[in-house]
Amino acid sequence: MKPFNSRRNFLALGGTTLGAAILRPIDANARELGAPRSGYSDRSKYETAERYFTGSTPATGSGRTPLQDLHGIITPSSLHFERHHSGIPDIDPAHHELTIHGLVDKPLVFTMRDLYRLPSVSRIHFIECAGNSGREHEGRPGETAQKSHGLLSCSEWTGVPLKVLLDQVGVRPSASWIVAEGADASRLNRSIPMSKALDDVLVAYAQNGEALRPSQGYPLRLFVPGWEGNVSIKWLGRMQLTSEPYMTRDEAAFYTDLMPSGKARRFTFVMEAKSVITRPSGGQRLDGQGFYEISGLAWSGRGRITRVEVSTDAGRTWREAELQGPVVPKASTRFCLPWHWQGEETTIQSRCTDETGYVQPTRDALLAVRGKNASDHYNGIKLWYVHRDGAISHG
Amino acid sequence: MAERIALAAVILMTALVARADAPTLGIGREVSEADLEQRAISVAPDGTGLPFGQGTARAGRAIYDAKCGACHGLKGEGVGDYPPLVGGRGSLKSEQPLLTVGSYWPYATTVWDYINRAMPYTDAGTLSADDVYAVTAYVLFLNGIVSEGKVLDRETLPRVRMPNRDGFIDDPRPDVGSHPSTPSARIATP
Repeated sequence: MKPFNSRRNFLALGGTTLGAAILRPIDANARELGAPRSGYSDRSKYETAERYFTGSTPATGSGRTPLQDLHGIITPSSLHFERHHSGIPDIDPAHHELTIHGLVDKPLVFTMRDLYRLPSVSRIHFIECAGNSGREHEGRPGETAQKSHGLLSCSEWTGVPLKVLLDQVGVRPSASWIVAEGADASRLNRSIPMSKALDDVLVAYAQNGEALRPSQGYPLRLFVPGWEGNVSIKWLGRMQLTSEPYMTRDEAAFYTDLMPSGKARRFTFVMEAKSVITRPSGGQRLDGQGFYEISGLAWSGRGRITRVEVSTDAGRTWREAELQGPVVPKASTRFCLPWHWQGEETTIQSRCTDETGYVQPTRDALLAVRGKNASDHYNGIKLWYVHRDGAISHG
Repeated sequence: MAERIALAAVILMTALVARADAPTLGIGREVSEADLEQRAISVAPDGTGLPFGQGTARAGRAIYDAKCGACHGLKGEGVGDYPPLVGGRGSLKSEQPLLTVGSYWPYATTVWDYINRAMPYTDAGTLSADDVYAVTAYVLFLNGIVSEGKVLDRETLPRVRMPNRDGFIDDPRPDVGSHPSTPSARIATP
């Protein structure tokens, strides 16, 4: 069990002992000559948060962001969740090209140098794997915020609006879909409707101010705001404009949601409004009764988060949490709520609303409609259980 | 629905306006579709994009056993984390649905396209067009969808009807809990 907030408790301790002049001895190392400069920063050796992953197929699978260890809304690029289907390719940007062809007036190939010359924008957006918290469906949730909800991250993405590139090739009236394809070993591809492509999709080459990390698609990825992560094709190499979706594996057979009727939903692109309390959360422990700040993340693929309510009494009453700015459409939004824990056994949970008026549903409401066989696009309210000894658990 | 239509109209108008005065910046190198033939590997449900070549399950068995069976099992039953390709017919409404090529995948072209682009897992892109037709035929044969001697090519493959062809519906969301009208939604005064 990790302490809930050891740093804050240390500061509090310092405050109470100051009057007695029993100061904690200053680390002797603080007066020694420090480390030299470096070309590229590493984090403190005392910080250990890292992605979590398991499985017998190292190149295929996911690594989850340690949400419970992070602050604010931006995920450090080094801790951004990963999901690969055939490993991370090693691509030299000097040799990487993006080809756009199909139902266009003029098929074009863009080098990375070409792309850097084009008009660019930077946007803060979350990206969430369709399967994030999917195990909640079947009632065996992950033990920690990372294991249950860590297929969510949020970054500032920089690149060329896809619309700018489409203007260069000239979209023919018959083109209503774009089949985007990665340059990874599996040439992962997805069909995306033209209406979305012309709306807010980016062809991104940077994340949080520097080039994309290899695991995020270096040197070039598609970024489709608010939609299931799989359509934001990494290592983007080719886009083919078509009149119909191509029914690729990841849209015809995977990333579909099997309903109780035996029929499956497909093209369920939008990630609906969802929230999770990250502190305190599963695997942490409260250090006794008293004040704690509850903190978490909320996000919606349909736009801005407008409200987050938190219940600390097993859903009997709800209080409105403070939304920490900036509140950006289709981005993670940090919420906070002061809480005085009286030592009672309870559950804590959060429920968000987005600008369309959509309210995050309970698990029961979700399962009543969708059953337990769907594994993707789960967005039910997440409960953490608070035990009398201060332990927080998932069940 | 009216809102969706209005939204669609706005998007459409925006698109048309954008197309009318699209600035062309003179960046990018022109290519022809012929130049792209080797790279444009995507295959549509109607067969668009399928290359010449052919194969049967009879021809595919040896290729499958050598290059696919170690992960997917010699009968397509799956091994460890590697998924089964066969079985599950009639299981989709049950508590233990088994989603395979035979029980779930709606288009045979998707099978061909995925094998061609992504398989074998550690050696993707090494199968010839004939090999891909043959392995596709063998996987479909293991599922009882085509006969052992059925010749699959760019004409016949798109005409293979998969058992779950009509098993999919479009996204009906938002489908759950859209508005804060339930009793539990009341907010207590802090």
